Amino acid sequence: MAARTFTINDQLISAREGETILQAAREHGIFIPTLCYLDGVSPVGACRLCLVEIEGSRVLRPACVTPVVEEMVVRTNTERLREYRRMIIELLFAERNHICAVCVANGHCELQDLAIAVGMDHVRFDYAFPRCDVDISHPLFGIDHNRCVLCTRCVRVCDEVEGVHTWDVAGRGADARVITDMRQPWGESRTCTSCGKCVLACPTGAIFRRGATVGEMERDRNKIAYIVAAREQRW
Amino acid sequence: MNRQILIDPVTRIEGHAKISIHLDDNGEVQEARFHVTEFRGFERFCEGRPFWEMPGITARICGICPVSHLLASAKAGDALLAVTIPPAAEKLRRLMNLGQIVQSHALSFFHLSAPDLLLGFDSDPAQRNVFGLMAADPTLARAGIRLRQFGQDIIAMLGGSKIHPAWAVPGGVRSAPTAAQRAEIAQRLPEARATVLDALRRFKALLDTHHDEVATFGNFPSLFLGLVGPHGEWEHYDGRLRVVDSGGAIVVDQVEPSRYRDIIAEAVEPWSYLKMPYYRARGYPAGMYRVGPLARLNICTRIGTLLADAELGEMRQRAGGIATSSFYYHYARLVEILAALERISLLLDDPDLDSPRLRAEAGVNQFEGIGVSEAPRGTLFHHYTVDAHGLIQSVNLIIATGHNNLAMNRTIAQIARHYVKGDRISEGALNRVEAGIRAYDPCLSCSTHAAGTMPLVVTLVAADGTVLDEVRR
Repeated sequence: MAARTFTINDQLISAREGETILQAAREHGIFIPTLCYLDGVSPVGACRLCLVEIEGSRVLRPACVTPVVEEMVVRTNTERLREYRRMIIELLFAERNHICAVCVANGHCELQDLAIAVGMDHVRFDYAFPRCDVDISHPLFGIDHNRCVLCTRCVRVCDEVEGVHTWDVAGRGADARVITDMRQPWGESRTCTSCGKCVLACPTGAIFRRGATVGEMERDRNKIAYIVAAREQRW
Repeated sequence: MNRQILIDPVTRIEGHAKISIHLDDNGEVQEARFHVTEFRGFERFCEGRPFWEMPGITARICGICPVSHLLASAKAGDALLAVTIPPAAEKLRRLMNLGQIVQSHALSFFHLSAPDLLLGFDSDPAQRNVFGLMAADPTLARAGIRLRQFGQDIIAMLGGSKIHPAWAVPGGVRSAPTAAQRAEIAQRLPEARATVLDALRRFKALLDTHHDEVATFGNFPSLFLGLVGPHGEWEHYDGRLRVVDSGGAIVVDQVEPSRYRDIIAEAVEPWSYLKMPYYRARGYPAGMYRVGPLARLNICTRIGTLLADAELGEMRQRAGGIATSSFYYHYARLVEILAALERISLLLDDPDLDSPRLRAEAGVNQFEGIGVSEAPRGTLFHHYTVDAHGLIQSVNLIIATGHNNLAMNRTIAQIARHYVKGDRISEGALNRVEAGIRAYDPCLSCSTHAAGTMPLVVTLVAADGTVLDEVRR
């Protein structure tokens, strides 16, 4: 496999052909924020937090799905990117009802961590305060749409790793919701195997263990990558 | 011409309120009203949440007594799970509630009311605050602040934070303190005890010189309500309801808290966001009752610890039996701090606390759950209904300050009649009206599940509605 040489933030980087900018950056300890990206499932480039600047390109590119190219010049931390990232996080907070203080994921939440990382001290947009349902009809798990950021990690892990595709997305725009089966209550889903991979994959407190109280939703998201690696015998 | 005096906002209380004093044609006080002007809506926005989250959410009602809501909510959750929680969990919850009683009563006495009591009701209002107290008696002020810190540290030891610990959960508690942490708390007990005994000594001396205040600060017959143990002993976390009248007769006893609606009804007045609960059998407003430290000491047969029982005996002797003056709330608060310290001392040595079993696991087994505990300010009810999966369908919260609403109104009317003369409000009179409210240590954020900084305004209003005088802090 051919090597590709390029720079990220003026640092000379060597990566394998076909690797993405995000993979190459992580291998070299360069931080690029992500939210919808999850090791072990295919990237979708949906959240736009990993946007980077590439010299010669008029548009910003999502690092998670952009392959490295010989001699490309990548910038990951410009003023423009920082402003966009903060704006993306603020919009996510404004879109649904995220109340960290009483959330089951408080202290263990990727959205909360990102808000801190991008320096979000307040939200400049009006909150939408949508009415969202909570579904705890499943005997083990629950989904609170107030806390969902539509990253679709649950959809992908269910489809690609568990091979079930219980989860999907219904509706468009502000009305979009992750759903189980054909929008039945989760507890009535005939396909769900109760494997819990969606619980592991969820970056926020949206999908949780029933009975969890404030701050109790700690999870090891690396397990998804272990499962995939073990199955592909790439240890 | 009828006139009205407005005190808006009321100062050195927890929350926002105003007082209006209505005068008749002769300038005599006709009526006084305590208006709670906050509105918050917890009962509404909790609907639809999983009940496991309720202790964490309802603790946010208040930054001073989050533990009270945490415990009442967790107990309502226990009822929904239909479990008896492990013994260690119950003892740890009790320990946290005792820490809460110490810190909250210390705040009320030393930070909020001591400036009136020790500097004088007529002293310079610029100095009549906790900073003035620090200047006048730094040793006492420091001891009071450290006493509150002691209570807060117990809460932090158990829950991980002083304010809003999400520690008590339906079915039990999340963690237990180590033996080393308990020992660290235990070695601070003697200092705390010395502080409260000194405060008791000073307060008793005040009783001998403040006959007017004792006679007029809410001194009237009323019922008293609270939790007691199976033999009528002082209770703060569990137990059953008892109502006692001002003659000391037990009106009703050992009522299961889940049947609170059989004995308590609530009225609403258009001029306040705070509901007016009353004893159902006596009707509104004759069924006025008081809760909180004074009520707990009036209804119990004994406290159950040595020093506190001795102090209770002396208090009853001074009051001539049941204490009917709300000025005695301060006294009762100090006796309760002492009782709490003695019980903390016993609990810290309890071997049950080493048990690893802290949390009962269960699903939704009941669709209705009622949790009750004694908050520092009085009996607190959390009443939830849930659907088959455990989503909250309805929430009713009855808060200590709410129980005292009728009595607080009566208290300020009594004080105003005694101290307010003519169409101007003297500074000392204004302060006494406020202090009458302070005696109850009301928490208005809690009681309306309501928001705000907390000041007091008194307005003097004429019969035709014209505001004649207004004093604002």
